[in-house]
Amino acid sequence: MSDPEKPATIDFSPASLDRLFQAHRSEFDRDLADAHNDTGREAVRIKWLGRKQGKLALYSSGYMQQAPSPDAKKEVGRRFNELKQHVESRLEGLASGSQSETAAGEAAIDVTLPGMRRRPGAEHPLIKTMHEIVAVFEAMGYSIGVGPEVETDYYNFESLNFPPNHPARDTQDTLLIAGQEAKPLRERLLMRTHTSPVQMRTMERQPPPVRIVIPGKVHRNDAADATHSPIFHQVEGLCVDENITFSDLKGTLDHAMKALFGSAVKTRFFPSFFPFTEPSADVQISCIFCGGSGCRKCKQSGWIELLGCGMVDPAVFAFAAQKQPAYDAGKISGFAFGMGVERLAMMKYGVSDIGQFYSGDVRFLEQFG
Amino acid sequence: MKILSNWLRSYLPGLTAGDRELAEALTLRGIAAEGIFDLGPGKGFLFEMDITTNRVDAMNHYGIAREAAAIYGLALAPLEAPLPAASGATQPAVEVRIEAPDLCGRFTARALSGVRIQPSGGAVRERFALLEQKLISNAVDATNYVTLAMGHPTHAFDRDKVEGAIILRRARKSERLKTLDGVDRLLDPEDLVVADERKVLALAGVMGGWETMIAPETKNVLVEAAWFDPLSIRRSSKRHGLHTDASHRFERGADFNAPPLASALVSQLLLSSGGSVEGELVDVIVPDAMARTAGRAAIPLRRGEVRRILGATEDGRGVDWERSQLVLEALGCSLQVEGPDACRVTLPSWRLDLEREIDLIEEIARIYGYNRFANTLPGFSGAVVSPPERAKEDTARRSLLAVGWSEAISSSFCSAADADMFAPQPGITVAVANPLSEEAGMLRPSLAPGMLAMLAYNLNRDVYDVQLFEIGTCFSAAPGRVDERPALSLGLAGSSAASPHLPSRPFGFYDLKGAVEELLERFSIRSIYFDALPSGAGPAPAWLHPLRSARAVADGETVACFGELAPAQARQRKLRQTVFVGEIYLDRLYRLPLRRPIARELSRFQPVRRDFSFIFPASVRWQQIASALDELSLADLAAFAPREIFRGETVRDSRAKDGKRPAGGLPADHYSILIGTTFQSFTGTLRDEELQRYSEAVVAALESLGGKQRG
Ligand SMILES: [Zn+2]
Repeated sequence: MSDPEKPATIDFSPASLDRLFQAHRSEFDRDLADAHNDTGREAVRIKWLGRKQGKLALYSSGYMQQAPSPDAKKEVGRRFNELKQHVESRLEGLASGSQSETAAGEAAIDVTLPGMRRRPGAEHPLIKTMHEIVAVFEAMGYSIGVGPEVETDYYNFESLNFPPNHPARDTQDTLLIAGQEAKPLRERLLMRTHTSPVQMRTMERQPPPVRIVIPGKVHRNDAADATHSPIFHQVEGLCVDENITFSDLKGTLDHAMKALFGSAVKTRFFPSFFPFTEPSADVQISCIFCGGSGCRKCKQSGWIELLGCGMVDPAVFAFAAQKQPAYDAGKISGFAFGMGVERLAMMKYGVSDIGQFYSGDVRFLEQFG
Repeated sequence: MKILSNWLRSYLPGLTAGDRELAEALTLRGIAAEGIFDLGPGKGFLFEMDITTNRVDAMNHYGIAREAAAIYGLALAPLEAPLPAASGATQPAVEVRIEAPDLCGRFTARALSGVRIQPSGGAVRERFALLEQKLISNAVDATNYVTLAMGHPTHAFDRDKVEGAIILRRARKSERLKTLDGVDRLLDPEDLVVADERKVLALAGVMGGWETMIAPETKNVLVEAAWFDPLSIRRSSKRHGLHTDASHRFERGADFNAPPLASALVSQLLLSSGGSVEGELVDVIVPDAMARTAGRAAIPLRRGEVRRILGATEDGRGVDWERSQLVLEALGCSLQVEGPDACRVTLPSWRLDLEREIDLIEEIARIYGYNRFANTLPGFSGAVVSPPERAKEDTARRSLLAVGWSEAISSSFCSAADADMFAPQPGITVAVANPLSEEAGMLRPSLAPGMLAMLAYNLNRDVYDVQLFEIGTCFSAAPGRVDERPALSLGLAGSSAASPHLPSRPFGFYDLKGAVEELLERFSIRSIYFDALPSGAGPAPAWLHPLRSARAVADGETVACFGELAPAQARQRKLRQTVFVGEIYLDRLYRLPLRRPIARELSRFQPVRRDFSFIFPASVRWQQIASALDELSLADLAAFAPREIFRGETVRDSRAKDGKRPAGGLPADHYSILIGTTFQSFTGTLRDEELQRYSEAVVAALESLGGKQRG
């Protein structure tokens, strides 16, 4: 421990000078921090800036005398000036505050006025909902599949076991691309009515196992009203491997719904009909708002219908097998599922008019920021 | 479709379950009772059913009773309609000829004589009242009643108006028929018609004709019960815009074996108010049609396949094989056992939806109850891969959200005028054949028109501060296909309103450019520049303001066009506020990798700032100044930026009272600029003589561009 009144003998290398002056600076900072009132701060001032016995005065004379060369003097001088500046400015800053807290006539600011905010943009509720669903399946080992929004009749219908002129096609009013009449039906272009074509495209590209989740925009020739829109979004999934069973389908969707809505959510399955699955099912979840006791959102039933699903129809595998023979329905099996994003988002956020999703209305969108 | 629980019970004498329980049990088997209504004491319930399109066999009371019989393992009462013996000769009273055997698979005709047309009574009247079904006359009601009872549509003709034989044929060119709804229709040569030797009597399977309609004075009736080709009925129904209860059923595949029974049921009802059967039933069958329906070959069902597809049950025992066989029999299949683990299944004529083993497996699962299967998870195999664009799209989205842009989604369609205006090249627009409206007649070639529509939507509702982006697909025609490319649009109007009581700053071009820069900076770009859109030819979008718009060129590719909306477009869209719009060509941007941040060493030495005040001719762009400074290759020039730029009458000056002072002395077509520079070395504190040298170099470079240093 060195004598505080007298600078210790030092070597004048830049490194040790740096260390030394840093130590002085830290000591001053500590002194100042320990001084809690004006008296204390005055003591610090005298200790460091006192004209005769102040530390700075002592260091100045002491180090300068010891400095062995003009270069060393210069090095000391520069560091000393920096230290002095630091000490003076800190003490000065305190003085101006402590002498008088306010200048004459200065008024207090109104701290109750709103602050200056830089708001981030709002995520679109549909994109956000779609991401949430996709994330659940990604965590279960699903890859993301994408495909075109303009599809051929083959991928949108025929290869999914919607034969030409089949009544099932009536359920999906299709927007057709103009000028396709000269082409064979299967090559005609249309706006995809579901994201299922991506299932077929994926199977054509890769042999099983397949595990994909497909988010996307789809279109139907539906006149717009509060619950219908010609544009909407779907998330579909496909899982194909050896020994994939109906109970796997049930377990997968049950798990996914619990991951999305909480572990208390229950699922139940009803037989349904889709051309591309067999057996097919509609899935209801216990109402996420009332927990199943019945409320306005679930129309007092305690259940909300959310998904369509089923075991992939062997006819669909037969189409896939034209390009990938490994899709042999006798050896592999699989399931597919799909859900409407709008429906879920409307329920979740209490949106009553589906058209609001596509209006770009800033007042609507900013609610989701 | 409305179903009466008591009517169901009439076919299920052993049913003990209550009506509510029955509705629930059916619903869980896919025969969905969407609503159930108590009709009052002794009247049972009314079920509002929603039957999927593939289950036409269940769109009637007997079909639903059959489902209940399978679910509960009950006996189903047989449907019978014994008729009194035919009066007089056993000779058929009418001749039937099927001349279009591809369209009509079976046709039965039964002649009734001396019937009395009068209002219905008895069960028909009671049940129709509960179902709120309109009563017409006993003849018409009988056909409707039988359809509700067992699902097979029939038709009753006034036999005295039929001339000669009944002929099932295609309509002739220019042939017409006035249907029961009073509409005179021009028939198509592909329409199947029921005709006599002189005229068309009915549009087969869709609607009867006006002329042979049952009238109060009708005495003699011809009851038609037939089986028509589903596709033919569907086409006729569509062609004439006539969707009837009959066509709905026939086009989904009726029961080939049902016509004789349906005919008998109708006749029995009609004869209850008088009259007699005349001659035997005429029943003409097309063997090919029968082979495709009632005469289908048996299909195999294997126990192992049932297990492979359905998996585990909650009770751990799996689906019971014996019970499965009973279920199929209850649904109308007949089974021929082939060893302990297999059988051959003959399919019922009314279930054309059953064709394959998987269809039988579905029936087994359905009647067993889906919710009695276990929830299992498949083992994992394979790898997780994401499309490469995904991370890039996410990055673009996140970076814009972070700096205050909200995401929007607009229509995928636009008007023809907008398609032409916004297409990046002429002649690539794509039309929709059956658009919802003229305004949505084209696929959007750019996201800009949708963004402008959203800007207008907000401004028209007194929402003036708009800062939106959209990520979506744009479409363009290519030979034989439609190309899709991902794009991002930006729309900006109003001002940045940070706080209501502090001055807001109107948005301008540089706010939009800032967003573009923010976005581009996420990508690893070797060289990037912005320039004014080349006027005249080239990619200059006509919708952008000629003087206040720009493009961004990254590694030689135009990746964005943006700026103020062209005045003509603003006028056309009635936008009185200045709006800014831009499109980023994500397909091009996605070819670049995302930038990966790399930490670089930081200098330990003090930076020194130097400002240079210059006057430049208006033609000198910042890009040139920046290039000139870059080309100096001064390692110690750490940063430089344009600070104050003055082109008009005042210049900003923080020391002046109002923050401005007159510029004074600027020659015409010149501007003044304050260029702030920062020098910093990695090797030591910069010395005066070094700084002096650097300053001289900077000044010389700026002077070489025509700049004059201000004193
Ligand atoms: Zn609820």
